[in-house]
Amino acid sequence: MSAAIEVKGLRKVYPDKKNGDKIAVDGIDLRVELGEIFAILGPNGAGKTTTVEILEGYRDRDSGEVQVLGVDPGNLENQDLTWRNRIGIVLQSTEDAADLTVAETVHHFSYYYTNPKDADQVIAAVGLADKRNAKIRTLSGGQRRRLDVALGIIGSPEILFLDEPTTGFDPEARRAFWELILQLQNEGTTILLTTHYLDEAEALANRVAVINNGKIIEVSTPGNLGGRNNAKARISWIEDGVRQEIFTDNPTLEVSKLATKFAGEIPELTVTRPTLEEIYLSMINVEAN
Amino acid sequence: MRSILRIGWLRGGIEIKQFVRQRESVVFTLLFPVMLLFIFGSVFKDKIAPGVTFSQYFVAGMIASGLVNTGFQQLAITIPMERDFGTLKRLRGTPMSPISYFIGKVIVVTVSMLVQVALLLAFGTLLFGLNLPASAALWLRFIWLVVLGSICSTILGIAFSSVPKSGRGASAVVSPIVIVLQFFSGVFFLFSSLPKWMQDFASFFPLRWLTLGMRSVFLPDSFATKETGHSWQTNTTVLVLLAWIVVGTVVSARTFKWSDR
Repeated sequence: MSAAIEVKGLRKVYPDKKNGDKIAVDGIDLRVELGEIFAILGPNGAGKTTTVEILEGYRDRDSGEVQVLGVDPGNLENQDLTWRNRIGIVLQSTEDAADLTVAETVHHFSYYYTNPKDADQVIAAVGLADKRNAKIRTLSGGQRRRLDVALGIIGSPEILFLDEPTTGFDPEARRAFWELILQLQNEGTTILLTTHYLDEAEALANRVAVINNGKIIEVSTPGNLGGRNNAKARISWIEDGVRQEIFTDNPTLEVSKLATKFAGEIPELTVTRPTLEEIYLSMINVEAN
Repeated sequence: MRSILRIGWLRGGIEIKQFVRQRESVVFTLLFPVMLLFIFGSVFKDKIAPGVTFSQYFVAGMIASGLVNTGFQQLAITIPMERDFGTLKRLRGTPMSPISYFIGKVIVVTVSMLVQVALLLAFGTLLFGLNLPASAALWLRFIWLVVLGSICSTILGIAFSSVPKSGRGASAVVSPIVIVLQFFSGVFFLFSSLPKWMQDFASFFPLRWLTLGMRSVFLPDSFATKETGHSWQTNTTVLVLLAWIVVGTVVSARTFKWSDR
């Protein structure tokens, strides 16, 4: 199977004479399959945006090999516009075209592409149907972000790049956005997502990569990241007024033992596995030490 | 791929919509020169030569300045703002050709320039005794001055758009340059009465030659003897404008940036 994105040994250094050069990306290898939702997680300054902007053709790299849809974004030459016709980009924050309406902007962008989606359907899909004739400057932060997403998907992209797409969304809007992304995946779109929200990565991504200090720490499914699937379950309950806890590979057995012991209801019983967030934070901290 | 020209045309429509919806751009680009025309034209009504009032002299200079306002000033301020806001970066991420973007800019400059020139001509002739060109040859000269001047002004605006460090600061960098050049180029005072060093400095820049060209259209031929070169120096005007067009094109091609990093 051919990959949507293939990266080998990617390196990017920002020269800085005062404080010493900053190595933003330090030898990253990635492979994103066609039709996959792939999330890049990492703290601020980890190299996420630099990596994505190299893939989007916005930045030069210092070394390494990059292919996006079989094209090197650092060396587009005459393929520039045909390649851009196949990708969609949602940048971090933008505040442009404030005097145009939502409908004017989305319709206008649809003319740039050879195979655009229906502009009114896209406006409805991102939940801006009742704002279609509103000037962009009157939109809230979350509504603006949804417009950004609309402009990213209007061209029916084969690959969609989403850089922290749901910043500023309320929980309801975030759920609606996730639905939209999963629907795009069903239509065959490959999606590369960077995010700070672990629940977002867990809800959407087929695989996640954790980046820190310009290096990939691990690439895995959200369920298996950091050995999460093998992590011991934590069982906790109240006994003689004191909270007890044990860690075990056999939670069902332990719970049934407790049930026998208490002859019925176990007070304030919980059985949990480490959340993705706990796993992620431990990975980032281990790396930092 | 969709036609570059067609998308450029559509961008022109979008640019014009944005232009007319921004009060500050309408006021500063279109109305400010008209206001200046009223103020200076009303205050300085003295005769500066037989059959020539300062108002007429001033209106000719303001028409030349109008080309600088709608081209150079407008673009050198709005492009850095678009760069700051991420407009340019977003456009660069789409299959829109950069050529279409610049076609859109040329369209908005052309439309605002035509409105500007029409306003200045109308108020100049109605209120300040400006005489419209008397012959077909003068009209022809007026037209090529407007065309060449607008091209020059537009290209230099694009070239200069890389200079301001931020969108917010752009008008603080650009407006003083325009105002100083207007003073030095003899828009507000008789050019021949300016200090020699000021005249020499202004002669490097297109505005001084555009104002001279406009005077050659709107003032009687006899006034040419009052100019510093004792003639309209039409050939020099053409050469200076062409030279700046070449310089502006080379600089734009080398320095134009789609994002600020």
